[in-house]
Amino acid sequence: MYELLTGPLLWLVFAISFGGLLVRVVLYFKGLSQQLDRVAYKAHLSYGLKGAFNSIISWLNPVGARAWRKKPGYTFIFFAFHIGLLATPIFLAAHNIMLQENLGFSLPQMPAFFADLLSWTVIVACVAIILRRIALPEVRILTTAYDYLLLVITVAPFVTGLIARYQMGDYQFWLLAHIITGEIWLLCLPFTKLSHCVLFFCSRAQLGMDYGIKRGGLKGSTFSW
Amino acid sequence: MPQGELCNRKPIVTDEQLKLTLSDKSGKKYYAEMLELDVDTNALWATIQKTMKARLKTWLEICAHCGMCADSCFLYQVNDCVPEQVPSYKIQSTLGHIVKKKGNVDNEFMRHCMKVAWSQCTCCNRCGMYCPHGIDMGVMFSYLRGLLYSQGFVPWELKIGSGMHRVYRAQMDVTTEDWVETCEWMAEETEEEWPGLTIPVDKQDAEIMYTCNAREPKHYPEDLAEAAVLFHVAGTNWTVPSEGWEQTSLSMFAGDWECCKDNVNHVYDAIERLNPARVTGTECGHAHRATVIEGPYWAGREDGLPPKPYIHYVEWLAEALREGKLKIDPAKRIKEPVTLQDSCNYVRNQGLKDVTREIISYIVEPGYFVEMAPNKEHNYCCGGGGGFNGIGMYREQRNVALRKKMDQILDTGCKLVIAPCHNCWDAIRDLEEEYEIGIRWSFLKPLIIGMLDIPEGMRVEW
Ligand code: SF4
Ligand code: SF4
Ligand code: SF4
Repeated sequence: MYELLTGPLLWLVFAISFGGLLVRVVLYFKGLSQQLDRVAYKAHLSYGLKGAFNSIISWLNPVGARAWRKKPGYTFIFFAFHIGLLATPIFLAAHNIMLQENLGFSLPQMPAFFADLLSWTVIVACVAIILRRIALPEVRILTTAYDYLLLVITVAPFVTGLIARYQMGDYQFWLLAHIITGEIWLLCLPFTKLSHCVLFFCSRAQLGMDYGIKRGGLKGSTFSW
Repeated sequence: MPQGELCNRKPIVTDEQLKLTLSDKSGKKYYAEMLELDVDTNALWATIQKTMKARLKTWLEICAHCGMCADSCFLYQVNDCVPEQVPSYKIQSTLGHIVKKKGNVDNEFMRHCMKVAWSQCTCCNRCGMYCPHGIDMGVMFSYLRGLLYSQGFVPWELKIGSGMHRVYRAQMDVTTEDWVETCEWMAEETEEEWPGLTIPVDKQDAEIMYTCNAREPKHYPEDLAEAAVLFHVAGTNWTVPSEGWEQTSLSMFAGDWECCKDNVNHVYDAIERLNPARVTGTECGHAHRATVIEGPYWAGREDGLPPKPYIHYVEWLAEALREGKLKIDPAKRIKEPVTLQDSCNYVRNQGLKDVTREIISYIVEPGYFVEMAPNKEHNYCCGGGGGFNGIGMYREQRNVALRKKMDQILDTGCKLVIAPCHNCWDAIRDLEEEYEIGIRWSFLKPLIIGMLDIPEGMRVEW
């Protein structure tokens, strides 16, 4: 079972997940329409790219956008959640051992203590996000069961991973659970709203181009996000 | 009953139909008919499939439901932060629902959408700046308005507005003759005081072609006269076209995209016909957005630009002051606290934020200019944008919407507000009427004329 899940099946999952995300990016850009979107993407490409870059950078920086600065509490939770979510699986020692065994290379690894901390961060941040969804009327009205489901799918690999790591209960069972939940998460990336992991960049770039071209860029005014 | 006599899916294209719709006081019959109007669900879905591209689809899909956009919207703020005013909720529960149902929605739902689209969003594009994904509800609501318009679910005034544009190519029934007569009349009147002043119609190869807002010839012809005075004093070789002089677009607010295209082409034709070096329009935000920022796309222009450089009035004015073509008498500068309304339509939509402040630096005594907070691209809508000002049925909601601007102005402590946008000007006027906070408001033209340092002999004093 373990061999299957971490062998051929894992590769299939990777192929579907990353291939799928790539398709989403390609479809996004192919589906833009200068006339319907009212942005001359091609005619002012250099202005557009400048705007796109500005927009993406501003939002990847927790103090780069006015919206982030105005809500420091949520911004902190949000960034903690996303950093943990991305960094932990990539730099986790155990994952890199697998990588080494399969492909003969590995990425820098982080100390176990740090990985634990990040995993806990993801879980705590997720709880905070859920509480926020329930507590604030302006978020509650937007929230659907789908939003909760996605949160569950997203933290499940972390919960199962930690249980396995602390060897609580049956290790083999939790390890398998960890692998399966992780693969489910990967499979969901291209097909659900989780696709925002790449579409965020597309959408930000697109709006950045809009601002960088007709909404100010051509008039020489830099736009402060 | 499928289609009403007044309320239906057909645009108004004849004068007769226009008059008929106009004669229906406050749209009583029109709205009664709307209750019965059928939704052509097939056509609705077909339109969505054809026009809803990657950007909008993705926006609907990836909205994180995080609520970050909530308090970016002034309508959310002034309506006691009711969750129904959260930008994301407003669009997801209208456009989002229509898309989810593949266009299969009923009359009641469409009327609900109409209410949200025209009374809960002014297309001010502010929320887009506060959403981590860059989801711009102003853009999405414009799209939704287009869908609603195509099905006949549009407020009475805007159906008429876009009908006016279709029939007269102006937002009011100003014909070519009316317009040219007004130009002649204003030139005559003004010439008494400003010898040699003319309003040249259809002059070839001028430095500047001037376009305006049909409400000016119709209701405030002095605005045209003021523009003429400033061009005259600045020694500008200018002209107005006899056709294609109207640059506003109520059709843009109505979501009548076909009409938008026709109108803007009419203005571009005038540019091509008269071949001026540049074009400028009046102090109007939405007219500028329609003709200069969005218009090129309606017209299908690849580079997204009008046929000739087309600047907003504030740009022309700043330039004339900078180059000394217009001189301000330092003694006449404004010496009282004064604030400035940043129009979303040319600030958030074209970045013209510094140029207005440059004008301020010439006309206000240092130390008297007070910024609103927030300002520039973060400024709030005046409260009456996107057609909101003109829709009788939503007057009450509009009056609530004005409160944000009222608070912003009160916070500056100023009694004078400069509003170089027709619609903002109207909203601020209504704001004073409604709440009586004791303010005055002004376009730039009359202010500047009052401050000019005029060369000897140019003006006849009476
Ligand atoms: S801020 Fe953006 S992603 Fe968040 S709810 Fe609003 S529209 Fe959706
Ligand atoms: S565009 Fe303006 S009015 Fe409309 S939802 Fe966004 S912030 Fe509110
Ligand atoms: S009327 Fe003025 S402030 Fe209001 S939306 Fe239009 S441009 Fe913005």
